[in-house]
Amino acid sequence: MQPVAQIIAQHPVFSGISAASLQLISGCARNARIDPGQFLLRHGEPAHTLYLLRHGHVVLEIAAAGRGTLAVQTLGPGELVGLSWLLPPYQWSYDVRALDVVRAVQIDADCLRRKSEADHDFGYDMMKRFMPVLVQRLQATRLQLLDVYGTGH
Amino acid sequence: MSRQTECAHVIGLEGLQQLLDVLRERGYRTLGPTVRDGAIAYEDITSVEALPRGWTDEQSAGAYRLRPSDTDTVFGFAVGPQSWKRHLFPSHQILWRARVAGGTVQLDPEPHIDAPLALIGVRACDLSALAIQDRVWLAGAAPDAEYRARRADAFIVAVNCSHAGGTCFCVSMHTGPAVTSGYDLALTELGAEGGPTFLVTCATEAGAAVLQTLTRRAARDDEIAAAQAVVARTAATMGRAMPETDWVARLLGNPEHPRWNALADRCLACGNCTMVCPTCFCTNLEDTSDLSGQQVTRTRRWDSCFSVDFAYVHGGSVRPSIRARYRQWITHKLATWPQQFGTSGCVGCGRCISWCPVGIDITEEVTALCAEAPD
Amino acid sequence: MAPATELRVSQAPPEPLLPRVLCVHRRRRDAPGVWTLELQAAGEPQPPFAAGQFNMLTAFGVGEVPISFSGDPAAPQRLVHTVRAVGPVSSALARLEPGAPLGVRGPYGKGWPLEAADDRDVLLVAGGLGLAPLRPALYQLLAQRQRHGRITLLYGARSPLDLLFRRELEAWRARGDLALEVTVDHARTPWRGHVGVVTALIAHARFDPQRTLALLCGPEIMMRFTAEALCAAGVAPEAIHLSMERNMKCGVGTCGHCQFGGHLLCRDGPVLPYALLRAPLRVREL
Repeated sequence: MQPVAQIIAQHPVFSGISAASLQLISGCARNARIDPGQFLLRHGEPAHTLYLLRHGHVVLEIAAAGRGTLAVQTLGPGELVGLSWLLPPYQWSYDVRALDVVRAVQIDADCLRRKSEADHDFGYDMMKRFMPVLVQRLQATRLQLLDVYGTGH
Repeated sequence: MSRQTECAHVIGLEGLQQLLDVLRERGYRTLGPTVRDGAIAYEDITSVEALPRGWTDEQSAGAYRLRPSDTDTVFGFAVGPQSWKRHLFPSHQILWRARVAGGTVQLDPEPHIDAPLALIGVRACDLSALAIQDRVWLAGAAPDAEYRARRADAFIVAVNCSHAGGTCFCVSMHTGPAVTSGYDLALTELGAEGGPTFLVTCATEAGAAVLQTLTRRAARDDEIAAAQAVVARTAATMGRAMPETDWVARLLGNPEHPRWNALADRCLACGNCTMVCPTCFCTNLEDTSDLSGQQVTRTRRWDSCFSVDFAYVHGGSVRPSIRARYRQWITHKLATWPQQFGTSGCVGCGRCISWCPVGIDITEEVTALCAEAPD
Repeated sequence: MAPATELRVSQAPPEPLLPRVLCVHRRRRDAPGVWTLELQAAGEPQPPFAAGQFNMLTAFGVGEVPISFSGDPAAPQRLVHTVRAVGPVSSALARLEPGAPLGVRGPYGKGWPLEAADDRDVLLVAGGLGLAPLRPALYQLLAQRQRHGRITLLYGARSPLDLLFRRELEAWRARGDLALEVTVDHARTPWRGHVGVVTALIAHARFDPQRTLALLCGPEIMMRFTAEALCAAGVAPEAIHLSMERNMKCGVGTCGHCQFGGHLLCRDGPVLPYALLRAPLRVREL
């Protein structure tokens, strides 16, 4: 099994990461495996972890009374799961459930926040990596909101 | 000019009447300028008495008036609200009728049998407009057979303008005032001593054949020179001019120029400009049926890009604002028409300037649009 | 190798404004409000068409609209059109029962540039009803599979209920020589496929950006975002083709309605390269 540092270095979100930063993150990370149907995170619970997906797919879901469970987005290998750990109240907004066998790097968000506060250069590097993911998700969400396939009425 | 001088003769009103008579004898429907409803219209005429002798026009942005002329001229006016497209490309035309019964449809094209047309008094700008419309209707993958027949059968008597209208700008569009091609006979009105006289030249064999039937005499050199002087004077007294800039590139490159907003505040989207313009060709196809739904008719009628549902796609119009529709019209006329049909769409006749109820002057607008946007 | 016989420019029959009368042979409901009609000509041979071209279809007594071919160009006698009922004419067409007559004019327009697909990867991106005009291209590409590199179809729709040609999608997925990814904007369980915008599928598609021909069809917003995403991924704008849609009345370049910038879409399109469309697509209300 590859050491977790090597896996992180290969992940698209962390491409080009410096050795020093890699060591800091790796200290917060470990490998994880989630079975199909299991939840990675639950709506309302404290946001303690984020995941870098390596294999498998997950779905972000919301349960709405009378409407059933609505899927908002699916994510796959190479993508980042969990963004609400970035800001207070550090609480998950959705349920995220594995659709198949998921292998991921699980990162302790509290650990990552602590190290970012202690070393601002490291913290800024992390923000620069997570920010594009946020922006892309926002753009994609807006496009979904536009309901472009609707009949326009 | 050499062809004009080779064939040059002089006729008077008598000869002009003979021209109408000969053409009618040969089966043509003779159409020419006449005063109607306070303007010059192109209608059926059988006598020179119907021509606007002694009339001239005063045109400016948003204004058109006929008034008695100071001189005894027959063609002493510029162009009126109508153009020849009214006769060559009718505003309403039934394309086909169908009988729908059970699961079968009997569909028949609608026959249109017209007498060949003789167009009397066609100005250089309008001749250019005919050539431009030819490219729309005839040069594509689906030529219009009826337009082709009407054009091929038409006999054209052109007139070199002796009076530049207040809104004319054919010189800067390189379409006049002298006629150069596309006609059978051309008339230039000379001095009126002893009654209206016309230098007449022919450009086709059909024109020469008709000319030979008229009472005429060979033109003198001084008369030929006088005709040239008439045209030169008209060219020198144009009411307007387009700027000497590359408006094609400027219009295409500046869809967000602030001038479009100023235009949007004035334009009413009434569509007058598209109705009077001799080159505007947009049409709509409409299907109608009787109450039983068994007799179905498809009609083609003139349309205007100023109507809000001209560019309707499911959900709404692509150009809901007047700003966008005015921009579409002028950009098409001057900048994208060349891409589509190989020539400019504008002939400098000035009709859109005179007949715009708020007096929008495209020469002024193009000048402003070609200027750098103010900070 | 047989010479290419792809038709790209319309070859309209004489009297281009007169419809031919055909009948509906079969109809099938593909999704809410979307019907596929298969037409039958009474013995009269129908002109061949190119993938991406369209016919003007007349619902007698109601009107006429442009509808792309959605069938196989190798079988031009089976005219297939997929219609979404959004207005009076399309609704009337979608209601036609087998045996009912309709008018047909065409084929018109410039279709997909499949002659440029030899030895290249082909990426087809369909949004909503846009899968219908792309289907003829996919049929043609699969019929000459060995001429092309990787073929990928990315298809986005509103929800699982709105997916077109579901059985065919499964059949395509089952082939080993075609990559297919489907996504929806939103779904309820038990949907187990992708949820998200179709542009998100591009990152995981396998194609060589330098050697790819991209064909896009769907709502204009979707095509714009997809084209930009492909450019960001390294595909040249000249290699990306969009099927544009505007109001059409005559279909033959004389009524003026389908203008988009300097292009008459019925004659210069509806398929146009993104290199020509990129700038005008950014102008509002063009």
